Amino acid sequence: MGKYFISETDIKTSWEFVLTAFWQRYPNPYSTHVLTEDVVFREVTSDNCLLSRRLLTKTNRLPRWAECIFPANLSSSVYIIEDSVIDLDNRRFTTLTWNVNHAKLMRVEERCVFFSDQNRPAWTRLIREAWISSGVFGLSRPIQEFGLARLRSNQMKAMKGLEHALSHLQKTSSSHHGDSTEKPKTCSSASTSQKPQQYV
Amino acid sequence: NSVGEGCTDLKREYDQCFNRWFAEKFLKGDRSGDPCTEFFKKYQTCVQKAIKEKDIPIEGLEFMGPSKEKADS
Repeated sequence: MGKYFISETDIKTSWEFVLTAFWQRYPNPYSTHVLTEDVVFREVTSDNCLLSRRLLTKTNRLPRWAECIFPANLSSSVYIIEDSVIDLDNRRFTTLTWNVNHAKLMRVEERCVFFSDQNRPAWTRLIREAWISSGVFGLSRPIQEFGLARLRSNQMKAMKGLEHALSHLQKTSSSHHGDSTEKPKTCSSASTSQKPQQYV
Repeated sequence: NSVGEGCTDLKREYDQCFNRWFAEKFLKGDRSGDPCTEFFKKYQTCVQKAIKEKDIPIEGLEFMGPSKEKADS
């Protein structure tokens, strides 16, 4: 039981640059809900992969109706784990993010895959999937709907945050090299297909 | 900021080192040693202590654990 969400986006920036910016996303003007960010594990494997685990703390913003029903959850933040694998040889970056507390109220797992197309090295394709579920008897459907709405809002902020980091990186590198570089764009209107699917 | 209030400076030192190594070495396939090991050790000593003190439940969580239940896309 739960909700499933998938979307695809093209980012008009090379895969390497997207990855470099990914680690430098926080803080940004769109991430005020992200309170802390820590790397808690990192390893370079023998086959050129970089494994990382990050712990994030985010504010727990609930809609008014949920605040009345779940007052105990109001004050405590959400702890989120983000595991990631960079496969350098295949130019593929996979992240898996999920909350480790408040999970009975709602569990959100998100998988993002950033990959590079050999034929279009100046672009990066991003496929995001999310699974949302709630264990609260009788309220799982409104909780899941809220979860989906918040996920979409957070995904937009995440993209804006990534674009912000990309712009900042480009400005820093062009001030060193004196190039004028193109502003990175996410062409989500051109090629996003959003197919929210529900399964019971 | 770091979840450990006193760890933020150590975190920033490590992050700076990592970001430089990542862009200049790792992404170019250069495996000639990791210059950030010492920074990482100091940072981890601090942050792991803070995680325990705050009872953050991340001990023993399998890497990419939830993906085992998902079908590959």
